[in-house]
Amino acid sequence: MQVVEPWVVLTFAATIFLIGLGGLMLRRNILVILMCIELMLNSVNLSFVTFSRMHGDMAGQVSVFFIIVVAAAESAVGLGLLIAMFRTLRSVDTDDIRLLRE
Amino acid sequence: MLSVSPVFFYLFAGLAIACSLLVVFKKNPVSSAFSLVLVFFAFAGIYALLDAHLIAAIQILVYAGAVMVLFVFVIMLLNADAPSLDIARTSAALKVAILAGCLAMLAFFVVAFKRMSPPAPLGPYTAEAVEAAGGNTRVISQLMFSEYVLPFELTSVLLLAAIVAVVAIAMRNAKKPGSAGKEA
Repeated sequence: MQVVEPWVVLTFAATIFLIGLGGLMLRRNILVILMCIELMLNSVNLSFVTFSRMHGDMAGQVSVFFIIVVAAAESAVGLGLLIAMFRTLRSVDTDDIRLLRE
Repeated sequence: MLSVSPVFFYLFAGLAIACSLLVVFKKNPVSSAFSLVLVFFAFAGIYALLDAHLIAAIQILVYAGAVMVLFVFVIMLLNADAPSLDIARTSAALKVAILAGCLAMLAFFVVAFKRMSPPAPLGPYTAEAVEAAGGNTRVISQLMFSEYVLPFELTSVLLLAAIVAVVAIAMRNAKKPGSAGKEA
């Protein structure tokens, strides 16, 4: 059976991370920005699983479980903040956030 | 060396990269959201290839299920499915800088990962040892309820804090103008 080298998997994870980072800087729609953050979190999880497999240690996969819990809480709070922002500004565009008060 | 089928790995990896580019470059947030679902499924496939079966199942349940429902629900709630032309507002110089920066970091990562020395001592949980101990899910569950039981219990506090925070944020603006005398 053929094999995939670990650096290929890690490079793939880094690619997804950088796509998410680029999108984070490029986009102004806060929904898409949150999706890019989810992409970055996922790629980090993949690195954890790859290292766990490489080292024969399950701590990486347990960490991924906790990261997923934190990421789910993060996206719930992030979308709550997004709804609060939309109520105030009637917009999901980060360029419209210009005031320090309501 | 990971004993992973290259055909399926490159299939899932290509799908994930293509769909994550769509997430960034699609103008409509709904299209971005549904591309993101495909990215999550591709990641679940790669986790399964890497013998992380529990993580693959959780990925589908939590990300492709709960988080995506939350995203789509918010898009529909806010009626924010109008196409946004926000990329066009970024100046060309900034776009080039972002692209160059990302490519430079990717090159750095490739060099770093290729030069990485192989992991010398293999831990106790090799693929064969996990198989002998009753599979990935059983091993992770046993670890989670013995060695990692404190962080596991703390996640319940974290989730409770998140629920309270979301309710507090969502309620704050709702009772601002009209309903007087609610606050003590």
